[in-house]
Amino acid sequence: MNAVPISYYLVLSAILFGLGVVAFVFKRNIITIFMAIELMLNAVNLAFVAFARSFNQLDGLIFVFFVIVVAAAEAAVGLAIVIAIVHNRQTLNIERVNLLKF
Amino acid sequence: MLVLNHLWFILALPLAGAAINGLFGKRWPQAAVNSVGVGSVSLAFLAVVELVREFAQLPADKIPWVGNYFTWISSGASTAHPFRVDFSLQVDQLTVVMLLTVAFVGMLIHFYSTGYMAHEGGTYRFFSYLNLFMFFMMTLVMAANLIVMFVGWEGVGLCSYLLIGFWFLKKTAADAGKKAFIVTRLGDFGFTIGILLVFWTFHSLTFGNIFAQIAANPPETGILTAICLLLFTGAIGKSAQLPLYVWLPDAMEGPTPVSALIHAATMVTAGVYMVARMNPLFSRAPIAMLAVAIVGAVTAFYSATIGLAQTDIKKVLAYSTVSQLGYMFLGCGVGAYAAGTFHLMTHAFFKGLLFLAAGSVIHAMGGEQDMRKMGGLRNKIPVTYGTMLIATLAIAGIPGFAGFFSKDEILEAAKSGPNANVWLWLLGVTGALLTSFYMFRLIFLTFFGKPRYDERKVHVHESPRNMTVPLMILAFFSIFGGWFAAPHLVGGTDYFEKFLSPVFSAGTNGVAAPESAEASATLGMQLVHALTGLPVIVAVLGLLVAWWMYVRNPKLPKRVADSMRGLYTLIYNKYYVDEIYTAVFVRPLLWISTNVFWHGVDEGLIDGTVNGAGRVARESGSRLRELQSGNARSYAAWVVVGAVGFTVLLLALWAGVH
Repeated sequence: MNAVPISYYLVLSAILFGLGVVAFVFKRNIITIFMAIELMLNAVNLAFVAFARSFNQLDGLIFVFFVIVVAAAEAAVGLAIVIAIVHNRQTLNIERVNLLKF
Repeated sequence: MLVLNHLWFILALPLAGAAINGLFGKRWPQAAVNSVGVGSVSLAFLAVVELVREFAQLPADKIPWVGNYFTWISSGASTAHPFRVDFSLQVDQLTVVMLLTVAFVGMLIHFYSTGYMAHEGGTYRFFSYLNLFMFFMMTLVMAANLIVMFVGWEGVGLCSYLLIGFWFLKKTAADAGKKAFIVTRLGDFGFTIGILLVFWTFHSLTFGNIFAQIAANPPETGILTAICLLLFTGAIGKSAQLPLYVWLPDAMEGPTPVSALIHAATMVTAGVYMVARMNPLFSRAPIAMLAVAIVGAVTAFYSATIGLAQTDIKKVLAYSTVSQLGYMFLGCGVGAYAAGTFHLMTHAFFKGLLFLAAGSVIHAMGGEQDMRKMGGLRNKIPVTYGTMLIATLAIAGIPGFAGFFSKDEILEAAKSGPNANVWLWLLGVTGALLTSFYMFRLIFLTFFGKPRYDERKVHVHESPRNMTVPLMILAFFSIFGGWFAAPHLVGGTDYFEKFLSPVFSAGTNGVAAPESAEASATLGMQLVHALTGLPVIVAVLGLLVAWWMYVRNPKLPKRVADSMRGLYTLIYNKYYVDEIYTAVFVRPLLWISTNVFWHGVDEGLIDGTVNGAGRVARESGSRLRELQSGNARSYAAWVVVGAVGFTVLLLALWAGVH
C-alpha cells in the first residue's frame, strides 16, 4: 500500500498541539483559550487516528470518540461558566478573574 | 488435704478482699468495708491453720510440697536450656513458719485497723491495699521459684508505696512513699541480676532444682559468691540495711498499722526470709556469708545509736526495726538461719505490738508523736502501757520474754557457732545494750514522770476494744512466742530449730552444731549460766541506766547531751546521712535531670524535632501557597511545565531502559 507515512500525521499533530499550548498560555481572551484547548484535543485525536490506521486496530478510534464526547461536554460546561463570568465581570479578560488565591 | 491440694486458695482470699473493697467499697458503709477487709484475712488465717494441720501429717519425703498451677513464661523451648517459669507454690517448714507469722500478725493488725482508722476517710482504700499486701506477702513466702517470689517481692513494695503515701495530700507522706519505692529499687536492681545469674548458672529458677543441683555438683565458689552478694543487695534494700536503710524511718509517715504490719513485722523481713530460703547457696559462699554478717552486725549497732536520740516515738521504733533486722542478718550470716528466722518471728510479735501500742498512744494523745510532749500516761492508758512494757521487755532481751530467746541464740551463734566472729559478737552485744537503753527511754519518757502536755487540751483516753484486744494477744505471744527455744537454755534441743532443720540442714553441710562447753555441767548450772550471760547483763544495765536518767534524774539527759554536744547533735541528726545522700546522689541527679535531660534532651532534642517538623511544614507551605496566585494563565503555564517535565522524565526512563 502506497500511503502517506505515519510520521507526517504525527508531525502535524505535534505542530497543532504546540500551537494550542502556545495560545493556551499566552492568550488573554477566555474564548480564545477555550479554542486553544479544542485545538489540543483535536491534535491528539489526529495522532490517535493515525496510530489506529497504522496498526490496523480499533482502540485508537474508540478513544477518539471518547475524546469528542468529553470535549462536547466540556464545551457545554465551559461556555456556561464563560457566560457566568461575563455576567458578573463584564469582561472576557482572564487576567481580571483572579480573586481565588491565597 | 483440702488446702494442700489447693494452695492458691490461701492467696485468692485476700486478693478477693482487695478487689471487692477496691471496686465497691467506696459506696459501702464502714461496717461492710471492715467485714470484707478483716474477714478475708481471717479466713486466710484459718486456711493457713488448716494447711499446718495437713502439713503435719505429710510424710517427710513429700516435703517440700509443691503445687504447680500453670506455665507462666516459656521461651526457647527448642534450645538446650529452655527458660520456663511455672506459677507454682511450695510449702515446707520455713514457709509454714512465715505463713503463720504473716497471717496471724496480719489478721490482728487488720482488726486493730478497724479501730485506728475509724475516724479516717477512705478506709475502703486502706483495707484494699492492706489485703493486697497480704496477698503479695503470702505469694512471696509460698513461691516455689525465684520469679514468683520476685512478683511477691515487688508487689509488697508496691503496697508499701501505696500505704506510706496513704495520706497522699500530705507532701511529706507522698515523698516518703516515693523514697521507699526508689531506694528499694536500687537493691532490686542487684536482686534481678542475681536471679539472671542463677538462671545462667543452674538453667533453672525453681528452688527444688537449684538446691538439688547444688547438692549434686556445686558450681565454683566465685560464681556462688557473686550470686549471693547480688541477691543480698536486694535484701539490703528490702530489709533496710546499711547503706539503703534511709527509706524505713521516712516510711513512718504512713498510718501506724501500716508501720506495724509492713515496716516492722512482715515486708521488711522478706530479705531475711530470702537469705534463709537460699541458704544452700549462701552456705557455700563464705565471703558472701561474712558480708551478710558484717552488714547485719554493723547495721544493728549503727541504727541502735541513732535510736538513742530520736524524739518521735515512731522514729525510735523505726530505727529499732532496722537494728533488729540487722540481728536477723547477723544470725543468718554466721550460719544460724534458724535463729535468724526465729528472731524474725518473735520480732514480728513484739515489734508489731510496739507499733500498735505506739499507735494507741498517738491515738490517745490526739495525734501527738513527740515523746517530749508526753509523760505520765501510765495510769491513763493502762492496757497500752502494760502491753507496751511487755514488748519492750521482749525486745530488750530480758529473760523469759520472746526476744530474749531469739536474740540470745543469734549472739550465741555469733560467739561460738560454726562461723563465729568475736568482733561481730561484740557489736551485737553493744547493740543489745543500746537497744535496751533506748527502748526503756521510750517507755519512761512516754509513761512515767509528769505530764508534759497541756492537760486541758488533750483528753487522754484508752483505745477502744478492737484496738486493745490485738495488743493483748500480741503481748501474750511476745512472752510465750519464744518458749519454743526454751530447752536451748539447758543445752537441750530447740524445738524451733529442730522443726526447721530439714530446710537448713542442706546449708550446714552436715556439720552438727558444736556441743556446748557446758555439756558436762548440771542442768541448773547451765540455766544459771544462760540467765547471767553478757546479753542479759547488758539488757538489765540498759534498763537501769534509762531508769536512772529518765525517772530518777530527769535533768540528767540534758546535762549529758550538753557535755557531749557534738556527738549528740551528730546522732540527733542521724549522722546527716540523709543530707549526705542528698548532696552526693540526689542533687547531682536532679541537676543532670534538669539541665541535661529536661532542658537538653526533652526541650532541645525531642521538642526541637517535633516543633522543627512543624516549622518546616509551615515555612514551606507559606512559600508554596504563593503559587496559587489567582492568575489562571500562570496555572496554565505550570500545567505545561509539569507536562513537559513528566514527558522528559518518561523519555529519560525509556532511554535508560533501551
